[in-house]
Amino acid sequence: MLTIDRATYDGIVAHARRDHPDEACGIVAGPEGSDRPERLVEMVNAAGSPTFYEFDSSDLFALYKEMDANDEEPVVVYHSHTATEAYPSRTDIGLASEPNAHYVLVSTREHGNNAGPVEFRSYRIVDGDVTEEEVVVVPELSRNPTEARGVS
Amino acid sequence: MAIEVRIPTILRTYTGGEKAVNGAGVSLSALIDDLEANHPGIKERLLDNGDLRRFVNVYINDEDVRFIGGLEAELKDGDQVVVLPAVAGGSA
Repeated sequence: MLTIDRATYDGIVAHARRDHPDEACGIVAGPEGSDRPERLVEMVNAAGSPTFYEFDSSDLFALYKEMDANDEEPVVVYHSHTATEAYPSRTDIGLASEPNAHYVLVSTREHGNNAGPVEFRSYRIVDGDVTEEEVVVVPELSRNPTEARGVS
Repeated sequence: MAIEVRIPTILRTYTGGEKAVNGAGVSLSALIDDLEANHPGIKERLLDNGDLRRFVNVYINDEDVRFIGGLEAELKDGDQVVVLPAVAGGSA
């Protein structure tokens, strides 16, 4: 299960809408081992493409260096699909390299840059196996990390 | 000669869970052979047909090795090497 706060959820959706028809991408960092997505980091899609995304190599390095310094890890890795459903493609599965992360897929195929419902789904991708999980949106993450995980 | 190599989560199965290991070598290529000797299997995850994998990024002292000679990039004592898998994908 992914527990995410409303502001971060809305931030991811807004980023996906803004970058449509190109794919948007980014992460939500959180304290190592906490499973708390606390800090939204929008990344530039270096591929600038409607069918592919890739973090720029220097941006990636700077991001990981920063997370390392903060004892953070990528709790969520997100990107958008702009013409297909919010389900990991073969490419997504083959390149998934954060076994501890929640992979969030957003699809803007229905409304593009405009307001309207957006598919927002989350998966674990480990060794090529995809498992969809429930997404629970809370007003704010609980202060107590254990409690945050238990809220439904 | 010691070079610190930072290992990403997904490759820590090869390093007994260690986030960083020490290696040796005068070039990235030699360093990878040295890593393979101590952590068998890791080379295959970094190289494909003798070249760096397209979706694996390696940095020497903050520089992407693709811009400083790739596998031939030179190394010296005290250098820091960071391995990061690309964060990439897409509907294609």
